[in-house]
Amino acid sequence: MRRDIFQAIADPTRRAIIALIALQAMTPNAIAENFNTTRQAVSKHLRILTECELVKQEQQGREIYYSLQLEKMKEIDKWLSQYRKLWETRFNQLDNVLLTIKKQKK
Amino acid sequence: MTNELLFDFTVDKAAKMVYITREFDAELPLVWDAFTKAELLDQWLPPKPMTAKTKHQDFKVGGKRFYAMISPEGQERWALQEYTSITPKTNFKMYNAFADKDENPELPGSEWDHTFSEQAGTTKVSIVIYNESLERLERILDGFTKGMKMSLSNLENLLATLSKK
Repeated sequence: MRRDIFQAIADPTRRAIIALIALQAMTPNAIAENFNTTRQAVSKHLRILTECELVKQEQQGREIYYSLQLEKMKEIDKWLSQYRKLWETRFNQLDNVLLTIKKQKK
Repeated sequence: MTNELLFDFTVDKAAKMVYITREFDAELPLVWDAFTKAELLDQWLPPKPMTAKTKHQDFKVGGKRFYAMISPEGQERWALQEYTSITPKTNFKMYNAFADKDENPELPGSEWDHTFSEQAGTTKVSIVIYNESLERLERILDGFTKGMKMSLSNLENLLATLSKK
């Protein structure tokens, strides 16, 4: 199933996990130590973040390390700036429509 | 000329809210019309080279606007807006959703809140959009990006033609 990135970052615990692993790759146990919640709950958050491709897993010996996918975070910013551009375009068009109507009235 | 007019665009990703504020060099009743009358909306809402057509509109609470964005290839993407609140020349709210050509909405959609105010002949419009899902935004952008690419390649062709002369 394709996950919604907004959904991924809408949860405060998941945002905290993102902030943590942005600094360094961490094991699920190390991440869970930072939260007043069960290891199971943290695993679930990590699974959702992984499905969104916001974090990636790497096996190092017997441990799995989670780290942040910076490109994916940048991707979010990229399409947001495209959305901004869409509105700029629309409003410039509206400026022209308004100008035309004002001229017609005179 | 329009450079001094305010344009503010912020996104609260976590809350899934988009905040857009823009000033227009026109009096409020005219700007209100541009946002609420289909024949005017169709002129500026579709980013060129896309166009729009409204099949029907009933601007009242509970009323709807059913319209399509049309790509240069003639592909139609229908959407349905339902007006949920109207305070004339001050504020209106609507629920916007993509739809099929038979007016069946595809949920989830987005909630839109528009607020209008005028000061010394300049009208400020503040829009708040709540999107339940990111995929919707991606669909909107997809059409826009295609349109942009097309107009850029049109421009390239034009420039190429001109430089040959």
